[in-house]
Amino acid sequence: MNPFVGTGSLIRLALRRDRILLPAWIATFVVMVTFSASATSDLYPTAASRIQAVASMNGTPALVAFYGRIYGSSLGALSLIKMSGIGAALLALLAFMLVVRHTRAEEEAGRLELLGATVVGRFASLSAAAWVGVGTSLVIGVLSALGLIATGLPVGGSVAFGLAWAATGCAFTAVGAFSAQLTAGGRAATGIAASFLGLAYILRAIGDTTGHHAASWVSWLSPIGWSQQVRPFAQERWPVLLLLVAFAIAVGIGAYALAGRRDLGAGLLADRPGSAVANAGLSSPLGLAWRLQRGTLLAWTAAVMLLGAIVGSIASNVGGIIDSPQAKDFITKLGGTRVLTDAYLALELGMLGSIVAIYGMQAAMRLRSEEVPWRTDLMLSTATGRARWLASHVSLAVVGTAGVLLLGGLASGAGYAAVVGDAAVVGRVVAGAAVQIPAACVMIGIVVATFGLAPRAASATWGLLIAFLLLGEFGSLFNLPQWVMDLSPFAHTPRIPGGQVEALPLLVLTTVAAVLIAAGIAGFRRRDVG
Amino acid sequence: MGGVSEPISITGLEKSFGRTRALDGLDLEVSQGQVHGYLGPNGAGKTTTIRILLGLIRADAGSVRLLGGDPWAEGVALHRRLAYVPGEVNLWPTLTGGEVIDLLGRLRGGEDPRRRADLLERFELDPTKKVRSYSKGNRQKVAVVAALASDVELLLLDEPTAGLDPLMAEVFRECIEEERRSGRTVLLSSHTLAEVDALCDHVTIIRNGRVAETGALSNLRHLTRTSIMAELAAAPIGLADLPGVHDLRVEGSTVHCQVDTGELAGLLSRLASVGVHSLVSQPPTLEELFLRLYADDGPDEGSASHPQP
Repeated sequence: MNPFVGTGSLIRLALRRDRILLPAWIATFVVMVTFSASATSDLYPTAASRIQAVASMNGTPALVAFYGRIYGSSLGALSLIKMSGIGAALLALLAFMLVVRHTRAEEEAGRLELLGATVVGRFASLSAAAWVGVGTSLVIGVLSALGLIATGLPVGGSVAFGLAWAATGCAFTAVGAFSAQLTAGGRAATGIAASFLGLAYILRAIGDTTGHHAASWVSWLSPIGWSQQVRPFAQERWPVLLLLVAFAIAVGIGAYALAGRRDLGAGLLADRPGSAVANAGLSSPLGLAWRLQRGTLLAWTAAVMLLGAIVGSIASNVGGIIDSPQAKDFITKLGGTRVLTDAYLALELGMLGSIVAIYGMQAAMRLRSEEVPWRTDLMLSTATGRARWLASHVSLAVVGTAGVLLLGGLASGAGYAAVVGDAAVVGRVVAGAAVQIPAACVMIGIVVATFGLAPRAASATWGLLIAFLLLGEFGSLFNLPQWVMDLSPFAHTPRIPGGQVEALPLLVLTTVAAVLIAAGIAGFRRRDVG
Repeated sequence: MGGVSEPISITGLEKSFGRTRALDGLDLEVSQGQVHGYLGPNGAGKTTTIRILLGLIRADAGSVRLLGGDPWAEGVALHRRLAYVPGEVNLWPTLTGGEVIDLLGRLRGGEDPRRRADLLERFELDPTKKVRSYSKGNRQKVAVVAALASDVELLLLDEPTAGLDPLMAEVFRECIEEERRSGRTVLLSSHTLAEVDALCDHVTIIRNGRVAETGALSNLRHLTRTSIMAELAAAPIGLADLPGVHDLRVEGSTVHCQVDTGELAGLLSRLASVGVHSLVSQPPTLEELFLRLYADDGPDEGSASHPQP
């Protein structure tokens, strides 16, 4: 049988399943990129103001590490710096999550077996998922280019930017396809692809900050680095796009080779036999929750500590390198009020806080992913009360979030202390990480309340997180009223080190989180399971 | 009937999901030590009933008593005394079968390690394999072993043999037979009539969320028909006038017919009066009753009262 037969039907099935998700994502990317371009043009009306801004940004290692280096001083290059770094990474995330969702996750759920028995070739599901990933990337790339042209930016740069995004999406579609062949679990496949993305981002950050006036060779090890090296709006380097395309094809061929050699349902990394009896820890709902979540928690802890250490160790550069008053002004505007390094650290710790909120939400979301396949039925048919079962996952989410943040802060502080040779700074950095805990807990509370009161909407809370993060990133750029900005829990976190620690906002956030969790428990105790 | 001490006592139970009426005035009585078969076509409300008994979903109306308590309000205490095997067994993919069995046993308040080992052997289940690599049947075995190894009074089993091969289904039957002898109460929802026929002493058959038939299996047999083939000494007369005789066919001195099991005696004495050379009788099966109950008024009784224009 032709191994690709049935690909078309599976593409239609995938598009039917994602008929809301895909348009929403595409719209989010296109709107973000278009708004970034149009809003920045009002901020920097003259060429001189742009040159100053670019000098400030490029002179600040933290910003270069986070977003990338700006090439040239054109309006396009300046206004799209966040989009070309963070935006490309988000697009990569979307691409591989889409592929895993339509391949390995389906296989794991056993639904692919149902399809595999019909007239569907062995490569059909992989091909369909790949087409959905590639198609989504291309649509986002083309619409973004059109959006940029519509705001009045040069056509060449706009097209280069759109193609760089599309090619990045294709490259990570291939990464998703490859990692989906490696493990028997969808979650683990997503984890492998996410680790690869994280590595690519960190390599780019290291390369961009270590080169002199340009990125060093390290950035050229990273697909995200290639995406930025296309340099839209700064004498575009079109051949770099071929690098991304070649990478996508090579990894894609690898994915097909693996898919051709393995059995349905099996991974290349085979399951080892486990224990025939449960150890003493696995005798309570909390023990089970820990068992189910520990892998994710440990991976998050390691990743956040690594990120924290990198962020911390470059903190000492901030004060030294900035020599222009504009740069100091820029940094001061971005964050705290007193010392530049403190402002930088407060900014980075704020970022860390919103990243770790993703962990907390995902851990709390376990409630729903246990309930939907009826596993909650089995737990609640034992002598386990509803509140106790719910508390097992939620307490792990809360304690895990706090732990990851504190350890991330510790790594950050230690990295900083090692460079400046002063151990006393560690405490201040850890405190800066600790104040992030209440806002992240509010996000957990939102998930738990939704789970208890409107369980079908639980995954929609991700949209709320994205909205809050966009408010924080772009709210002031768009001159939104203060009360809108204040909707985000992250807006109320004090910026320390450097700023004033006010107890009231932290207390209010903690109370809101507690009330939301209590509402979720009350709702879950009243509603039907399932 | 209806003593408060009955393990399961349900009256007038109603439950709707949106506009779908899953249970519509259901009554169910299961006494101490009964192995009670719970039968019905797909979507009749069997799983809904069991989930209400477990306090997982709340009844809209009616009264539900489980082991003398209210399952919605006192679920946790009651659950120490029962074990449940869901119809669709989804377990945690990264745990091994052995770990799941121990976990569920501990959460129910204790398991018998000797019984666990014995059951693992009888069901030929490898407890070191990850749940992810088990087949549907093997996942079901995990849930069955976990339930049977627990020291409880009541077993709620929702189509427990649906994924088991015939050999394992036989092992399961032996196990339930042992449970009956040790005095445990079992509610067994099933599609497999032979299984219910072999295991259960009482049966409740539901349709569209209501009880169609209930009672001791021996009593229900009277509702079924026995089929008779007899070669007589002479051609019989007047058989068609006998009460309870259906599908009568007389070819010379040979008689084929169906007779309501309650009216069997009348037919036999009439045949004997003519003189019987040979007699073949097919015993009534539950399957026949089942088919008749559903065939009598169709799958959807609403359609009869609302004819299409």
